[in-house]
Amino acid sequence: MRTILTRTLVSYARESDFVFLTGDLGFMALEPLREVAKERFINAGIAEQNMVSVAAGLATAGLRPWVYSIAPFLYARAFEQIRNDVCLHNLPVFLVGNGGGYAYGVMGPTHHAIEDYGALLGLPNLTVQIPAFAADVPQAVLRLMAAARPAYLRLGRDEKPENFVVPPYAPWRRILSGQGATVVVVGPLAGGILAAAQVLPESQRPTLWVLSELPIVNAEIPATFIADFQQSGHLIVVEEHVVQGGAGAALAHALLCTQTTPRRFTHRFARGYPSGRTGSQVFHREECGLDPASILRLLSNTP
Amino acid sequence: MKEILRKARLRLLKMHFESGVGHIGGNLSALDLLLTLHHRVMAGDDQFILSKGHAAGALYVTLWSLGLLAEEQLATFHKDGTKLGGHPVPHGIPEIPFAVGSLGHGLGLAAGLALGKNLRGQPGRVFCLLSDGEWNEGSNWESLMFIAHHRLREVVLLVDLNGLQGFGATAEVANLGSLANKLKEFGLEVREVDGHNTDAIEQALKTPPTDRPMALVARTIKGHGVSFMENKLEWHYLPMTAEQYQMAVEEANRL
Repeated sequence: MRTILTRTLVSYARESDFVFLTGDLGFMALEPLREVAKERFINAGIAEQNMVSVAAGLATAGLRPWVYSIAPFLYARAFEQIRNDVCLHNLPVFLVGNGGGYAYGVMGPTHHAIEDYGALLGLPNLTVQIPAFAADVPQAVLRLMAAARPAYLRLGRDEKPENFVVPPYAPWRRILSGQGATVVVVGPLAGGILAAAQVLPESQRPTLWVLSELPIVNAEIPATFIADFQQSGHLIVVEEHVVQGGAGAALAHALLCTQTTPRRFTHRFARGYPSGRTGSQVFHREECGLDPASILRLLSNTP
Repeated sequence: MKEILRKARLRLLKMHFESGVGHIGGNLSALDLLLTLHHRVMAGDDQFILSKGHAAGALYVTLWSLGLLAEEQLATFHKDGTKLGGHPVPHGIPEIPFAVGSLGHGLGLAAGLALGKNLRGQPGRVFCLLSDGEWNEGSNWESLMFIAHHRLREVVLLVDLNGLQGFGATAEVANLGSLANKLKEFGLEVREVDGHNTDAIEQALKTPPTDRPMALVARTIKGHGVSFMENKLEWHYLPMTAEQYQMAVEEANRL
C-alpha cells in the first residue's frame, strides 16, 4: 500500500499546503515523492516526538502535513504529541502508520501495531482510515484530506483476491453476499477471508462487510447491514487489533445503543503473543484464529 | 518600562493570591523576560510560543499589560468556565495558539511554525520560552537538533534559567552543566543575560543573529522580586497566605 500512497501523494505534492515528514523511513518507497516535493519532503530523523510537534506547528501555519513512520513509532512513541499538539487543536495533520496489525511479522512485536486505533480513538477529533485493499488508498487519502482534521491512516499489505473488483471506498461496504453468517472485517484481512468464503455454496457463504472508517458513527451504520445480521442471526467481527478499543467492542456498543442486536455475536481479534514466539503475519494470525481457515471453521460451526 | 514591570508584578501576585494558585515562583522568574519581549522586541509578524506552560499567569498578565486581555477576562483566571486555565487551554485566546503544560512540546511547535513561515515565504520570528528543568525532556533535544539542522533562524529560544525545578535544584536532579555550552554545541548562537535586566534582554534580542538560530539564556531568580520567595523551591507550588501576599505587595511596590 506504500507504493500506491506514494503515487497518490505525488499528485498532491505541488499544492501550496502540501508538506510531508518522515521519521527516517521509506527507503525504496518514498523516493518518487521526495523528488517531486523537494523542500516540502522532510526527513525529520528518528525523532518522532519532535516530528509530530513540528507537524502541528506547520498545520497552524496553514499547511496540511503528512507524517509517516512505522505505525508504533508514531502512535505509541509520540502519543502525547498527537494528543496535545494535534488533536486538542483539531489540526489537519495526517498520520500514516505503516504495518497495521502484525504486518511487520517476524520483525517482532516492537514493530507490530495491534492496539493502534484503540489507543488513538480515545483522542478528540481524530478519525481513522483503514484501507482494506491497495485500491482503497487514493480514496482514503481524499477522504481524510476533505475532512481536514486529525487523521490516522493504517496501512497494511494488499491481499486482494485476483479478479475481485474493489467497490468504491466507503466506511461500510458489502463485498460478498450469502445465506450464512454476517461477517464484518477490518483492514486487509478482508482479502483472504473473501477468497476463502466466496467459493462456498450459497447456503454456507457468509455476507461479508468491510469496515474502513472509525469511530463508528451510529447514524451511518447501513440499514442493509442491520437487515443482514438480523436475517442471518449471527454477527462475526474480525480484526487484527486487540479487543480493548477495537472495532468489535465499538460495534457491539453501537448496536446496543441503537437497540438492534444480533442473536449471536462472535469477535475474532488479535490476542497478542499467545505462544510467546514470533513469526510471519500469517503465523500471528493463525495463533489468534484470524486466518481464513479459522474463519471458515467458525462459519461451518454456525447453525 | 519600570512602571510596566511594577504593575504587572502586582497584578500577577493579585491574580495568584485571589485564585489560591501556586506556580508563582516560576512566573516571577519569567515575567521580566516576557514583558520585555512583548513590549520592546516583538513586532507585527512575530509569534510567541510558551513552552513552560506553568508560566501561564505571567503570560496572561503580559497580554493584559499590552491591552490584549481585559481586566474582566483576567479576573476569570483559574475559575470555572474560564479560558485562562492554570496552563493554557486549546482554543482559549488567539494570542496563545497552543495548549501547553506538559513540558517539551513548545520548541517543536515553534519549529513547525517557523518552518511553515519559511515554506510559505512569510516574515516574522517565533520566540519560544522554555524553563531550565524542561531540558530533562528528550523531545527538546530532538527539536534542538531539528532547528539547528534546518537552520531555522526564525526560531529564538528563551531559556528561563532559574536553577530550580519541581522537586529539586536542576543541578541536583539531572545536572545539565552549562546549558549555554550545550546549546552552542548543538549549533546555536547563544547569548547570556541577566534575565531581570530589561535593557540587556532587549539589546540581546534586537541584535540579529549571524547565520544560525539563536538562544537567549537568561539567568533568573525563581520568585524574583519577593525576597521570601527568591530561590526557594517551595514557591514552585505553594499558594500565598493573606499575610504573605501583603508582604509580597509591599516589596513589589518598592521595586
